[in-house]
Amino acid sequence: MLAYIVRRSLYAIPILIGVNLLTFWLFFVVNSPDDMARMQLGQKRVTPEAIEKWKAERGYDKPLLFNSEAPGLASLTHTIFFEKSVRLFVFDFGSADDGRDIAHDIQQRMFPSLALAIPVFLVGLLLNISIALIIAFFRATYIDHMGVILSVMLMSISALFYIIGGQFLVSKLLHLVPISGYEGGWSAIKFLILPVLVGVVGGIGAGTRWYRTIFLEEINKDYVRTARAKGLAERVVLFKHVLKNAMIPILTGVVVTIPLLFMGSLITESFFGIPGLGSYTIDAIRAQDFAIVRSMVFLGSVLYILGLLLTDLSYTLVDPRVRLS
Amino acid sequence: MSWLRRHPALSVFIMMLAVVVAGMWLLPVKPVLLWTDALVYLLIITLVSFFTYVRSREHLLSPWRQVVRRPLAAMAMVVLAAYVSVGLLDSIHFRKALPLQDGATQVDYSVEVLSLLDVLAGPLRKQLEKTYSAPLAAHLFTKELVEQADGSIIRGYPRLEYGGRHLRDPAAQRTADILQRAALALGQGLLLWLVLSSLWLAWLARRHHCSFPDFTRQMIVGQTQIPWRVILATLGVLVLLLMIILQLGVAYHLLGTDKVGNDVLYLSIKSIRTGLVIGTLTTLIMLPFAVLLGIMAGHFRGWVDDVIQYIYTTLNSIPGVLLIAAAILSVDLFISNNQALFETVVERADIRLLFLCIILGITSWTGLCRLLRGETLKLRELDYIQAATAFGVSNAKIISRHILPNVMHIVLISVVLDFSGLVLAEAVLSYVGVGVDPSMASWGNMINSARLEMAREPVVWWSLVAAFWFMFILVLAANVFSDAVRDAFDPRVSG
Repeated sequence: MLAYIVRRSLYAIPILIGVNLLTFWLFFVVNSPDDMARMQLGQKRVTPEAIEKWKAERGYDKPLLFNSEAPGLASLTHTIFFEKSVRLFVFDFGSADDGRDIAHDIQQRMFPSLALAIPVFLVGLLLNISIALIIAFFRATYIDHMGVILSVMLMSISALFYIIGGQFLVSKLLHLVPISGYEGGWSAIKFLILPVLVGVVGGIGAGTRWYRTIFLEEINKDYVRTARAKGLAERVVLFKHVLKNAMIPILTGVVVTIPLLFMGSLITESFFGIPGLGSYTIDAIRAQDFAIVRSMVFLGSVLYILGLLLTDLSYTLVDPRVRLS
Repeated sequence: MSWLRRHPALSVFIMMLAVVVAGMWLLPVKPVLLWTDALVYLLIITLVSFFTYVRSREHLLSPWRQVVRRPLAAMAMVVLAAYVSVGLLDSIHFRKALPLQDGATQVDYSVEVLSLLDVLAGPLRKQLEKTYSAPLAAHLFTKELVEQADGSIIRGYPRLEYGGRHLRDPAAQRTADILQRAALALGQGLLLWLVLSSLWLAWLARRHHCSFPDFTRQMIVGQTQIPWRVILATLGVLVLLLMIILQLGVAYHLLGTDKVGNDVLYLSIKSIRTGLVIGTLTTLIMLPFAVLLGIMAGHFRGWVDDVIQYIYTTLNSIPGVLLIAAAILSVDLFISNNQALFETVVERADIRLLFLCIILGITSWTGLCRLLRGETLKLRELDYIQAATAFGVSNAKIISRHILPNVMHIVLISVVLDFSGLVLAEAVLSYVGVGVDPSMASWGNMINSARLEMAREPVVWWSLVAAFWFMFILVLAANVFSDAVRDAFDPRVSG
């Protein structure tokens, strides 16, 4: 088991190198640091001195890959590639364009993100699976058809409408909770209720439909027929046998997303003014702060690979047939 | 020309193309071929040839029959067809010639790129108000200093420049006028629908060697194999909507105006092309890569498989929105450094749209690639492919003859399923600021500006509601259609 984990983690290295090369190419080769400086300082009437100063302050004045002026090993380390990209591997994110330390910002902002993402994830998962089970129980009846049509309609609505609609209805018309904002500690709850609600409701359509398909695929298998043949009640068949076996396809889809909860939700956080990592990313994109975007890309990839590893491990928990080797 | 007679749809298409080309050539306009236009035409040609190919082959046609026979899917197809026709009208671009200056021999063209739809929707496009006005209103939404007839100045709601201009006393006449116009639209719509549907029924009856009254009766009780009843009813609703737009949209602003006084109905209609382009071109761009790489990985295995798997795991591991943001920021930078390359605003916005499609394609091809790889791995162990290998058939031929036709259903299902997701993604990306150009009409941009409008007091709701319905109906129709396609083509799913 441990050997497996170590080997899988080693697989991650070439992928992370690939991610790094890709972002390096996008941010430093397609557009030179000069372009970046010109965009940050304003397009017109920028003196070359101002550009040089901007670059020097942020360490963009070095050569891209090979520094011929530096001696020995420093010719490879005193480069933009080493300073900005390779450093990410030890989670040294450097500082943002306005000089703030990115690693510190991420530490500060991960808690509000998690406070929003974890309840949405858990409540959504439980609710979607329960609804899908009920629909599967009444399969091929009026309830099933209505359920499918309703979930197709729900998933045809953009997430933005759920947020704007929720804010308008709950906060503006009914004045139940504040429209947006955030406070630390327990008082965060009154700011989080609405975003969690919106997140859960927005996911019901797609979630229910997906789980229903999984359950219906399981229901047609041989072991279900055997269970019915030996006289088990439909309720027991569904909630005990089908649900347990459906855990494998469910885990495949769900476990990958767990580490990514850390990254927060881009639009929900920015609409509700929650100072998490999602709104951090959006603000960086809008301010065109490439240093933050680059760090978040790297972080996201690490978390995704972690998710893949967790998925494999979780199979051993629900499926005794799976042996990791 | 006997093959033209056999394919009426194709001949109609060619005729329409000829009319448009002739019109462009004869009128004082300069055709503008945007990048996305060219790709849209390519897509249309591909689709038309695909369907002419399918038509003559019964085994390929039968799943499509199954799709059309589902009433909900038939309804969705009519709605999608309406959206697509608007999108196509909006994909024929040109620049009008400016009046000749004295003594000049060179004709200059306006910098404004228009589409055929812009010309058809002329009044909607040109009737600009000052700022917000509510749907069907005759007065502006905000108070301004208005000069009265006697010369005194008070603060009030000024009359709109175009909306309800024909009314002398809006307070007394407006409701009656609106009702009268709506009733007129209803009557005209019904009449037009009756004429259209009876012509269609007559043609169908002749094709089915059946008398007209017999066929109509069968249709009404729902005994026809293709649910014509549903199709004609949907068509009726669409015709009615068109008539209401013609009657009310010209005299009023049917869905109000936005902050700078643009007609919201016009903006929503213009957004259709943006949504469709993103939903279809993205798939068109990514499809060759996904299909080729997926089949190659499954067929050759070994190091080819390793390399391809590495590529898609790497791309997959980058959060989609961030990759798109990174790429779009780069494109933005490129565009702002190379302003000279683009003659008009529309061309610049179009390049950004094209890049958005390419980047969305790059982030979304991995799913299909993985599915195809898995399926090919299964297929290559089957007897007929083993036999082909044993006979020394070349790899290229095995892939094109034996594997590709047998994975086409997966490709088709995923193309149709992806469409609605892409339309929804456009709205989110435009909100984040990495979507289409802000100067381009899109539902995402409408929603984005509506965010501030909802905070106003009283609320400006019409932009948001318009974007909601236009988008909801398109995505719902696409979802219903894709469900039907999946049920018909996927042998695993039944019931």
